[in-house]
Amino acid sequence: MSRTIAEPFETVADGQDAGQPPYLYRDYRSTELRAPKRPLVILPHTLSELTGPAHGHESIVELDHDLTRQHDGEPLGERINVSGRVTDSAGRPVRSALIEIWQANAAGRYLHEVDQHPAPLDPNFSGAGRCLTDDNGRYSFVTVKPGAYPWRNHPNAWRPAHIHLSLFGRAFTNRLVTQMYFPGDPLFEFDPIFQSVRDPDARERLVCSFDYETTEPEWALGYRFDVVLGGPAETPMES
Amino acid sequence: MPATTPSQTVGPYFTLGLFASRADELVEPTSAGAVRVTGRVLDGAGDPVPDAMVELWQADAGGRYRGDFGWGRSGCDAEGRFSFMTVKPGRVGGADAPHLVLMVFARGLLRAVLTRMYFPDEEEANAGDPVLSRLEDGSTLVARPADGGYEFDVRLQGDGQTVFFAV
Repeated sequence: MSRTIAEPFETVADGQDAGQPPYLYRDYRSTELRAPKRPLVILPHTLSELTGPAHGHESIVELDHDLTRQHDGEPLGERINVSGRVTDSAGRPVRSALIEIWQANAAGRYLHEVDQHPAPLDPNFSGAGRCLTDDNGRYSFVTVKPGAYPWRNHPNAWRPAHIHLSLFGRAFTNRLVTQMYFPGDPLFEFDPIFQSVRDPDARERLVCSFDYETTEPEWALGYRFDVVLGGPAETPMES
Repeated sequence: MPATTPSQTVGPYFTLGLFASRADELVEPTSAGAVRVTGRVLDGAGDPVPDAMVELWQADAGGRYRGDFGWGRSGCDAEGRFSFMTVKPGRVGGADAPHLVLMVFARGLLRAVLTRMYFPDEEEANAGDPVLSRLEDGSTLVARPADGGYEFDVRLQGDGQTVFFAV
């Protein structure tokens, strides 16, 4: 029995989009054996690419968004409010999007067994939080500013201070995991993970801005970080 | 149009933020129709990627995508092995063969990779699937039968590299 052989899909080679990091970026050594070498196959948008999970409020505990109030005492470090808006590439708010964050403490140490940086752990700081965006796509976290920390990618390698964010959009394939950096960090030029995004304007989209409006008198500095999710779900799907 | 926010690697410490609760069992292991989907994430040297995370998105057994079912998340062990307890999805629409959507995140992956897993016991449906049937190396997307379920390795690089998609 013969079957019709359809035209092959179009493909896209690695590194074509200067606004996203390539898979292979040799200055970041761990990419060498993990980067796919074959072009990506461009998929038509079927329901598999246009749908995604709904995360409900039942999975969020009241203080999940406040990383400074998860223990008996207060963590050391500079208290900050981090807030912003999640939109799609058409500028529409993404509602009820689950955002999960994790970060080092103010001394640059993660509460993780793999992290051997000889900086102190903070018994009052776990460094993980979650929340859902509201109807306007807004979110907010309270945390402490993470410290920079060394890693072994190259001699005297240091990561600029950053907060990891994981976000779900309307469609699963819109899912984004990224890192938010702080303005004016002198480590930017030495960090291959930040520099892997070749377009300087796109790199700037990874940097939050100081926000006087969400700065609270005698309490905390405010930083704003807006996220734009890409992907195919230009038209929201019925559930 | 606002430009999209760039991706950055999930790094080595993601279990801190992403594994507060278990999400690898979409169904009870003892429930009717439960199957285990497991496999390994392997790098270009064929070595396991122990610090990878695999996420799953799928239709239910009736072939419907629902907000309240079908998403899962698994870490990998020292052998690079992930594991889900789920049900085999039904066919979505007329033409699609049953499949899982998988995304893999890891240190060293500046962006996640997106792929699909198809089922070995669906030869006829697979032959007519509008995606699988148009891939030259679609065999990298078909799982193997395994005890109590299916086994599917994700090869990030090198011989037999898994087909990865852009959307």
